[in-house]
Amino acid sequence: MSVLRAISPDLSRIRLVDQDCLSKRAAQIREALLQGLERPFKHLIDISLGDAHRGGLQPITFVRQVISACLYPSLLDSGRLPTDVKSRARNLLKQCEGESVGSYTATCGLPKIQHSLSEFISRRDRGVPSSPENIFITSGSQQALMLVLRLFVHGKGSLQTGIMTPVPSSPLFNMALSSLGGAVVPYHLCEEEGWTLRLDEMRRALATARRHCNPMGLYVINPGNPVGQVQSQKSIEDVIRFAAEEKLFLLADEVYQDSVHDPTAEFVSYKRVLHEMGPPYSNTVELASFNSASKGFMGECGLRGGYVEFVNLDSAVMGHIYTLFSTEACTAVMGQIALDIMANPPRSGDASYTAFFEEVQNRRNTLNNNAKRVQETLNSLDGMSCQPIRGGIYAFPQLHLPARAVAKAEEAGVAPDLLYCMLLLEEMGLCVGPGSEHLQRKDTHHLRLCIATPEDTLQEVLERLSTFHLHFMRLFSG
Amino acid sequence: MSVQRMMAEKVLTVDTMNSCVKKVEYAVRGPIVLRAVQIEKELKEGVQKPFSEVIKANIGDAHAMGQQPITFFRQVLAMCSYPELLDDDRFPEDAKGRARRILQGCGGQSIGAYSASQGIECVRQDVARYVERRDGGVPSDPDNIYLTTGASDGIVTMLKLLVAGEGRSRTGVMISIPQYPLYSAALAELGAVQVNYFLNEERCWSLDVSELRRALADARRHCNPRALCIINPGNPTGQVQSRQCIEDVIRFAAKERLFLMADEVYQDNVYAEGCEFHSFKKVLFEMGPEFSSTVELASFHSTSKCYMGECGFRGGYMEVVNMDPEVKAQLTKLVSVRLCPPVPGQALMDLVVNPPQPGEPSYSTFIRERKATLSSLAERARLTEQILNTVPGIACNPVQGAMYSFPRVTLPARAIREAEERGQAPDMFYCMKLLEETGICLVPGSGFGQRDGTFHFRMTILPPTDKLKILLSKVKDFHQRFIQQYS
Repeated sequence: MSVLRAISPDLSRIRLVDQDCLSKRAAQIREALLQGLERPFKHLIDISLGDAHRGGLQPITFVRQVISACLYPSLLDSGRLPTDVKSRARNLLKQCEGESVGSYTATCGLPKIQHSLSEFISRRDRGVPSSPENIFITSGSQQALMLVLRLFVHGKGSLQTGIMTPVPSSPLFNMALSSLGGAVVPYHLCEEEGWTLRLDEMRRALATARRHCNPMGLYVINPGNPVGQVQSQKSIEDVIRFAAEEKLFLLADEVYQDSVHDPTAEFVSYKRVLHEMGPPYSNTVELASFNSASKGFMGECGLRGGYVEFVNLDSAVMGHIYTLFSTEACTAVMGQIALDIMANPPRSGDASYTAFFEEVQNRRNTLNNNAKRVQETLNSLDGMSCQPIRGGIYAFPQLHLPARAVAKAEEAGVAPDLLYCMLLLEEMGLCVGPGSEHLQRKDTHHLRLCIATPEDTLQEVLERLSTFHLHFMRLFSG
Repeated sequence: MSVQRMMAEKVLTVDTMNSCVKKVEYAVRGPIVLRAVQIEKELKEGVQKPFSEVIKANIGDAHAMGQQPITFFRQVLAMCSYPELLDDDRFPEDAKGRARRILQGCGGQSIGAYSASQGIECVRQDVARYVERRDGGVPSDPDNIYLTTGASDGIVTMLKLLVAGEGRSRTGVMISIPQYPLYSAALAELGAVQVNYFLNEERCWSLDVSELRRALADARRHCNPRALCIINPGNPTGQVQSRQCIEDVIRFAAKERLFLMADEVYQDNVYAEGCEFHSFKKVLFEMGPEFSSTVELASFHSTSKCYMGECGFRGGYMEVVNMDPEVKAQLTKLVSVRLCPPVPGQALMDLVVNPPQPGEPSYSTFIRERKATLSSLAERARLTEQILNTVPGIACNPVQGAMYSFPRVTLPARAIREAEERGQAPDMFYCMKLLEETGICLVPGSGFGQRDGTFHFRMTILPPTDKLKILLSKVKDFHQRFIQQYS
């Protein structure tokens, strides 16, 4: 028997994302199509992941030009690249040890980029000060989340650390928490109200959790993933007050801050609201805010650039966080460069500005239009309903499935929405994510679609989905 | 709740935080480096010092010390980032071919898409083929290859998988002393038991199985030892283990049912005459089915060292051998929690394992660059050992491989006492003084582990030859002054 058979129970507890079996099947089908095998569709569309480039959106030219020049500085002597690309690349290279992007950087990132980020944050927050030494540049926001969770999680039984997390949830966050031995303390967002955070629900969740674990943190996602709500300033204030009263550390996942579609909604950061609430909240509530180059207009998921900003943390604890993080060397330099451009994009007057601005506007328009179109189309289908997609990059419509469909799924031993997704994939060559992997209210079923995709792709998606849905509902209706 | 009470205690304090995290130390980026960075700031601000620059010989970062990247790699990566460059005449056809192939393997043909958690499939296939070639045909299954964020990511993931149990059945992990402090840090955070086995300084840091037996027997009294970590070529010690030694370790692991973790990131950094890198996997398979079908092994590699020195890309992989399928499923699940390794690093790894071949346009430049880098490193390794050994009170074992020297320093009793009075490890006291007086940043041996009563420092061999000579002569002068001062 293997040495490793008796592995840590924490690991066995991680729920494997259902996504995985869909991805594998999608890959098989894609391969089969390449081999020329006959399917009822010519090509596969995969919008199950929050990945803009995989979904067909193009990278932003300026970003890639700067990165290529940093990688191969001979390009700086060519006429090929605009002047502002070259000066940005030269500047960045000067910051790197040995003027190479192949060197390690300081643990928390290149100081110049930490600085750019602090200025970005301050501008975003209407002047609320931000200090570079509270900013840790990480390999995507996921690494930052895990870094913070590692500080908390310890203890077993009633002392097991719990973190409140929204339902529908981020499966990755729950997996990370479980893998560290922490308890997921779910609080349900209110679907009928457009996925709002309700204090009464949060209080209920907390009171229940206190019977079996030690809740220390509250994880919020704003704009929401996968649900796309955008919290009002008042809602954020309420949550901050709640966290202060109940002594919870706030983890604010704000990676979709750049994606707000509803013109009546506005992204306001937890940090800014906290500051505007004044003392005692503003100088006591402990907060970690997370952002990333993976989402927003850049969509550079593969470069792994993210950061966390800490607010009001104990200085001795900050020392330990630094030491802990230093064991991981540093974040990949390409990811750091993407963050620099996110924080400090071309300005009016710069050579690349016009083209850059146009690309970014097109991206934003695409997302806005997609959000509108998806809502309209899905709400027009019988047996499907979709709350307003105020922000983020997903649609998370509810499926109102006939009893026979639910029964069939139970027979097959899979969640009903997963069965739906599997059949959708086989029949229409469309891969979307099942709501079941986000935890959801019992007996509700949802789908997750990433809307960061070209408009004509989305059009095709909606056609395939509508066709399939009508067929599915007819098939399983009594 | 009253305002006062709200202000009184934070949620996250040193008392409420995960106590294991408090035990984590990592000397390579620790207090001495923080002081070095401070000194650099002071120099920039115009503060007078007995030196004009800080030399960071603390970290195995070749590019930081002026080593040039491999042209071919950077050309391909530039085209992968900005595919418009694929029509640029300055780039050779073989580089373009590689770039196109990598982009084909990426979602949406972009390095900005997430890859599968285990890594881009065509890259894993190329890694498997590289391993087969390197190991004289021993088969490698791409499914057993996991691309990682540097080797560190793979090492920590495996340790997470290994550590279980409570009290007397808590997992023990055997690690060499001296060791690379990622291991001790990870074990501290996981609350695992670190089981030290001492390398033999008198015999060029070789590994004696008798020492392994001693350490294991001791450990079994208070924990459940399940794994044995070995770094070859060694960090910080620079030894290249003999083939016989590797066989002995494998035999020991087989007999004692230990999971073997072979950190082989310096596999191309072999300098000394008569030394050769033997991969654990290759030796394992050459030992026949009794061992090759039972011993469980994970080998680690990285893009940060060897002749590439591309630390900033965070590229790496691990290969698992004879892993139980259920455990492997858990491993696959665990790696998915961190999403995927940086795609540029994966692309770079693809090039490292699949470099230009004879006949291809980039081949001769590639070989020339590679050779120049490795022979320069070999020369600096030799120089370092030679010069340090001319200093009375400093004894340096041959730097057979890797990127560091780890000389032993004999410290006067008065210095040791003064250090202890300050609550500092004596070699930290020594290195801090060296830093303040010469601007040279090294890492004290206490950061890596050493036999009680001995003191060392780790210095990289990476500064360019001229600078290295200056560095070594400053260290020599400092040491002589130090001895005089404290005698």
